[in-house]
Amino acid sequence: MSLLRVDGLTVALPPGGDRPHAVEDVSFHVDAGEILCVVGESGSGKSISANAVMGLLPKGLPVRQGSIAFEGRELLSLAPEAMRKLRGERLAMIFQEPMTALNPLMRVGDQIAEVLRVHGSGADAARRVPELLAAVNLPDPAAIARSHPFRLSGGQRQRVMIAMALALEPALLIADEPTTALDVTTQMQILRLIREIQSRRGMGVLFITHDFGVVAEIADRVAVMQRGRIVEQGPAAEVLNRPQHSYTQALIAAVPHGAAQARAAITTAPVLELRGVEKTYRRGGFFGARAVVRAVHDADISLRQGETLGLVGESGSGKSTLARCVVRLVEPERGTIAYHGTDLRPLSRAGWKPYRRRIQMVFQDPYASLNPRRTVGDTIAEGPVTHGTPRAQALERARELLRLVQLDPGAMDRYPHEFSGGQRQRIGIARALAMEPELLIADEPVSALDVSVQAQVLALLAEIRARLGLTMLFITHDLRVAAQICDRVAVMQRGAIVEQGPTSEVFAAPRHAYTRQLLDSIPGRGWTPPEL
Amino acid sequence: MEASKLPGFLLRRGVKAAIVVLAIVICNFLLVHAAPGDPASVIAGQSGAADAVFLEQLRRQFGLDQPLYVQLWIYLKSVLSLDLGFSHRQQAPVAQLVLERLPATLLLTGAAFAFALAAGVTLGALAAQRVGRWADSVITVIALTFYATPLFWVGLMLVLVFSVWLEWLPSFGMSSVGVEMHGLEVVWDVAQHLLLPALTLGLFYLAVYARLTRATMLEVADQDFVKTARAKGVPEGRILRAHVLRNALLPVITFAGIQAGQLLGGSILVETVFAWPGIGRLAFEALLARDYPVLLGVFFCTSVMVVLFNLLTDMLYAIIDPRVEVAG
Repeated sequence: MSLLRVDGLTVALPPGGDRPHAVEDVSFHVDAGEILCVVGESGSGKSISANAVMGLLPKGLPVRQGSIAFEGRELLSLAPEAMRKLRGERLAMIFQEPMTALNPLMRVGDQIAEVLRVHGSGADAARRVPELLAAVNLPDPAAIARSHPFRLSGGQRQRVMIAMALALEPALLIADEPTTALDVTTQMQILRLIREIQSRRGMGVLFITHDFGVVAEIADRVAVMQRGRIVEQGPAAEVLNRPQHSYTQALIAAVPHGAAQARAAITTAPVLELRGVEKTYRRGGFFGARAVVRAVHDADISLRQGETLGLVGESGSGKSTLARCVVRLVEPERGTIAYHGTDLRPLSRAGWKPYRRRIQMVFQDPYASLNPRRTVGDTIAEGPVTHGTPRAQALERARELLRLVQLDPGAMDRYPHEFSGGQRQRIGIARALAMEPELLIADEPVSALDVSVQAQVLALLAEIRARLGLTMLFITHDLRVAAQICDRVAVMQRGAIVEQGPTSEVFAAPRHAYTRQLLDSIPGRGWTPPEL
Repeated sequence: MEASKLPGFLLRRGVKAAIVVLAIVICNFLLVHAAPGDPASVIAGQSGAADAVFLEQLRRQFGLDQPLYVQLWIYLKSVLSLDLGFSHRQQAPVAQLVLERLPATLLLTGAAFAFALAAGVTLGALAAQRVGRWADSVITVIALTFYATPLFWVGLMLVLVFSVWLEWLPSFGMSSVGVEMHGLEVVWDVAQHLLLPALTLGLFYLAVYARLTRATMLEVADQDFVKTARAKGVPEGRILRAHVLRNALLPVITFAGIQAGQLLGGSILVETVFAWPGIGRLAFEALLARDYPVLLGVFFCTSVMVVLFNLLTDMLYAIIDPRVEVAG
């Protein structure tokens, strides 16, 4: 008998959605001691399935059909109080966003103790809480227990969440994208932790993810979801290496493959040279205590005509700050930012203007970086019009650009909310290209996108670069993406560049310990996606 | 907040508060002197002998013939030595007049504030818990009614219903006149007198807090950590109290802290309607009589109160929300 058996589960969507059911006729099972990965892109219904098992579906999403049997009991017909008793005790769940998943006003130890208390074993709390924190490899459990969540890093909070989920030794752990919001090195630690605890306790794990690298790292079996249905499931090695369904094949083909091919060295004239740029953030003063963060220091780079330089690093490493210094969204205190030999840093606002159109930026969040009240056409044409291009001409050019980024020119009169994330990112690229820039700065342009869309946008960027001879500074935290698109990479850590060189060399023979650590943390690095 | 940081915090905030109070004192002084009419003309008018010589003599006597900056300097010096001046109309030191009236106002506003906060948060929480159902609608309608109704009208209606028709409660004053009472009898008597004015003053703020609590509770209820609590198997009642309500109270506290000051201002009207012997009425009388020293004394006293309330709110906030750095 399986630990968890979901049969023919159908959950309705509210009327007016793009499809009648959030999940339709979904069946899978999880045995004790195994990890089932449910993979799919956003909106595929994988989280809905997980929430249905926990009995945590929102009211607007009723279960229409099917059964969920856990340890032989039917969960869907269980009374709310009986279901509540199961949650936390036999069934536990961890979530994607560790920064918001803990109550900000409650001490971490109290939050763990709460699980014990509401299930009637509060007496053990004082002894068990430090034990649990130690079990998830947190240093100084006693001090952590007394801390409030805001004192802890994302990785530490996710460990706390895991400790909380494991408090009563549940039979089934549901993990909903538990590493998506974490840095790559932290992600690897958390994946190992889940693996280790799972095998030690013989728990069943239902692991939701969108990342095939993570699947390769952790899964025993895989179920692939598309638009509310499971299209393929089977043992991990089978699905990863011999995918049968066309959708699985497409997803796996879209995974950026870690290997970086050698590229011809670029010897053209440098376009951009950063020397001794420093940016330090200070907080407090007058009465309060001072805090100083050296966001960027020791980060010299140079970019040659037509070259793509990848700036890689984890969150807080200063890579975005450095990029923003170039376009003066951030003003550095020191150093030279030479563009074709002219130092941009001391220029006045007016002096800067001619350079504005030659250096353009594409932002990470396709939802936040477009003005929701302007049509796409106006958004793209705005820059050129500001710089003196006649409006009619700018709109005509916008139409051409939409074609270039593979969008229908009919999109001109529509508003950003009518487009998907990938389409919006294309609009953002078209907006940057409208200025006919020489240098494009792309700040995590594909991080917020699903893997298939990500592959399309990367292909688009590569094509545009080749066609227009653009020079590109490409910022990413994903080394797989950097390997695919960059001629050279610079690795940043705590505000400084610790290593830079041709991509293939850095990947094949990393010299700095941190680079090695980053490369070792790429999920699924032992798995080479099959050629399809 | 860590306890070791408290003294430094209080010191820094104390210095800032003193600067704020000083600025307010200067503004008050200039404002009062910008108003048309001066005490001399009012006194002369009331005594019926308004010839120019008498006016001049009065002005010289009160120092009103000095240039404004000299008057300000003299006033500031005396305020700094905690001397609020002398009321020639009431023939008593201002400090004494204000201090006599202050307890009554603090009692009234304190009762109104406590009532508004307790009842408002309770109603808001109930409404949020039953969102979209009839109880929510009823509470919303009640809150909006109180929100939209003028204070004095509510006061008059309460008097009409509870004092005139039902004869349950006294309609004016702070205690019964001409009755010998002891101990608890006095407390009971004052409480009876307090009920109507405190209700009148508190109902508007009750509406504000009810609306605010409802809105923030609904917002917090959607947050991830509430889902975490549910996934832990925490019972709904405890989720509401320990997770939702506690987080939802933060904005309510911020708001209430600001409004504690406004409440003092609002009490002028209520004190007048109910003949409550507080500083609100003192200010009103002083204004009519152009009794500058008393007026300035009341302003000074209220501004100190407001600054104190804000300081208290910040401390409370820092205790409840560990993320708040108690920067000075």
